[in-house]
Amino acid sequence: MRSTDLRPAARIPDAGELPRLLPNAPLPHYPDHVAHFGARPAGSQALLTEVERSGLRGHGGAGFPTATKMRAVASQRRRGYVVVNATEGEPMSSKDRALCTVAPHLVLDGAALAAEILHALEVVVCVDRAASATIRNLRRAIDEREACGADRVRVRLELAPDRYVSGEESALVRWINGGEAKPTFVPPRPFERGVARRPTLVQNAETLAHVALIARHGARWFRGLGTEAEPGSALVTIAGSVAAPGVFEIPLGLPLPRMMAAAGGSLDETQAVLVGGYFGTWLSVAQARRLTLDAASLRTAGAAFGCGVIVALPETSCGLAESADVAQWLANENAGQCGPCVNGLPAIAAAMSALVAGDRDGHAEQRLRGWLELVKGRGACKHPDGAARFVASSLDAFSTEIELHRLHGRCGRMSAPRVLATPAPGPWR
Amino acid sequence: MKQRLVVNWTTCVGHGMCAELLPELIRLDEWGYPIVAPGAIPPSLESHVKRAIEACPTLALLVQKAD
Repeated sequence: MRSTDLRPAARIPDAGELPRLLPNAPLPHYPDHVAHFGARPAGSQALLTEVERSGLRGHGGAGFPTATKMRAVASQRRRGYVVVNATEGEPMSSKDRALCTVAPHLVLDGAALAAEILHALEVVVCVDRAASATIRNLRRAIDEREACGADRVRVRLELAPDRYVSGEESALVRWINGGEAKPTFVPPRPFERGVARRPTLVQNAETLAHVALIARHGARWFRGLGTEAEPGSALVTIAGSVAAPGVFEIPLGLPLPRMMAAAGGSLDETQAVLVGGYFGTWLSVAQARRLTLDAASLRTAGAAFGCGVIVALPETSCGLAESADVAQWLANENAGQCGPCVNGLPAIAAAMSALVAGDRDGHAEQRLRGWLELVKGRGACKHPDGAARFVASSLDAFSTEIELHRLHGRCGRMSAPRVLATPAPGPWR
Repeated sequence: MKQRLVVNWTTCVGHGMCAELLPELIRLDEWGYPIVAPGAIPPSLESHVKRAIEACPTLALLVQKAD
């Protein structure tokens, strides 16, 4: 789903003061943005302290504390760069594109604030080059800000290649520096040596938009939503067996059944729920009923919030066939750099296909489980780990389906249209 | 300072020299890529580790400070 379909978050009943990030109508122009959100204060050390107090964590997938990352860049001797990561290579996610379309100035405010905190030389905004509407909006917003002198720092827009691992921060930096958008062996990490070999803060677009609001309203306000450990709101993209798929803004800690209801779905008509995208985890309906959307709760089921992707698998779909397709897609998305991933992921994908075709003697599943353990932690990036987590969770969630395929070599649901998108691979540059 | 073995996966092409010279800590997977024993390098193996690092044709084996 590559839409920028927006659902006003106010439709989540009794979820506190929302939306924060998403205005009810798009705000492409700077004066309208200022009228809605208020003027942007200056970035300072005091703001960095406030970001720290807010407990804000990155919304790109890894959930790393934002202030810690900023301090790591600030502690470097040389001045560096701020990279806005709006590449969003996750096929089922559209929240960053949606945010950059309806509130581009909020993201750019956050980037300018980060640049002021760090005395950065330049802001580089990276967006997926296929996202034409988002590109148009961001370009117009950047031009408008430059024309009215909104920011002191220079801002440049870069159209990044659309590959799954190209949004990983070392890959993005490598591409900005003129190379392929493939992860590099770290250390040195981008905070030490990034764009033009200088210290670089790579931050997800949504994360920076939160920074822009913390600058206006403070940490205490930010903590008015969410949980004690994971404060604030988050954008999610929900798809599958829901009547109103799209992007929502939720308070962290929202019960998953309420999320489903807000999107016009119900766990009663759902077979399983994928949380966290293609590095994520399939949850059973029983698990989904008791979980809330925050890392601490999801962790109890071996899942993570990731970049906020939620897919409700309809009763009419075959979760095994869906997962096998994604496993193949993830194998094709390996960067061709690291032996265990280059060899392991295609082997895993082939074994998943064997399960779909009917694993008569259980041999394929046994070998598959071995490979899932084998690839973990053996790559320049976390691609093998994420792919292994996804596939392993599909074996648990769809064990009945695997039995069915073992007996019949197929199932009645495998010809249903796929819910999980597997877009064709793009270039690496 | 405790150290651990690390593979630079982007440069390792699976020559397998490391597993030959340091079987105590490294074995190979079915594709010929190293599987490194977790944890700190025992002091008794330090000279063998050094030899394995120097023998890697792509300089893909290195040590890092153990966490």
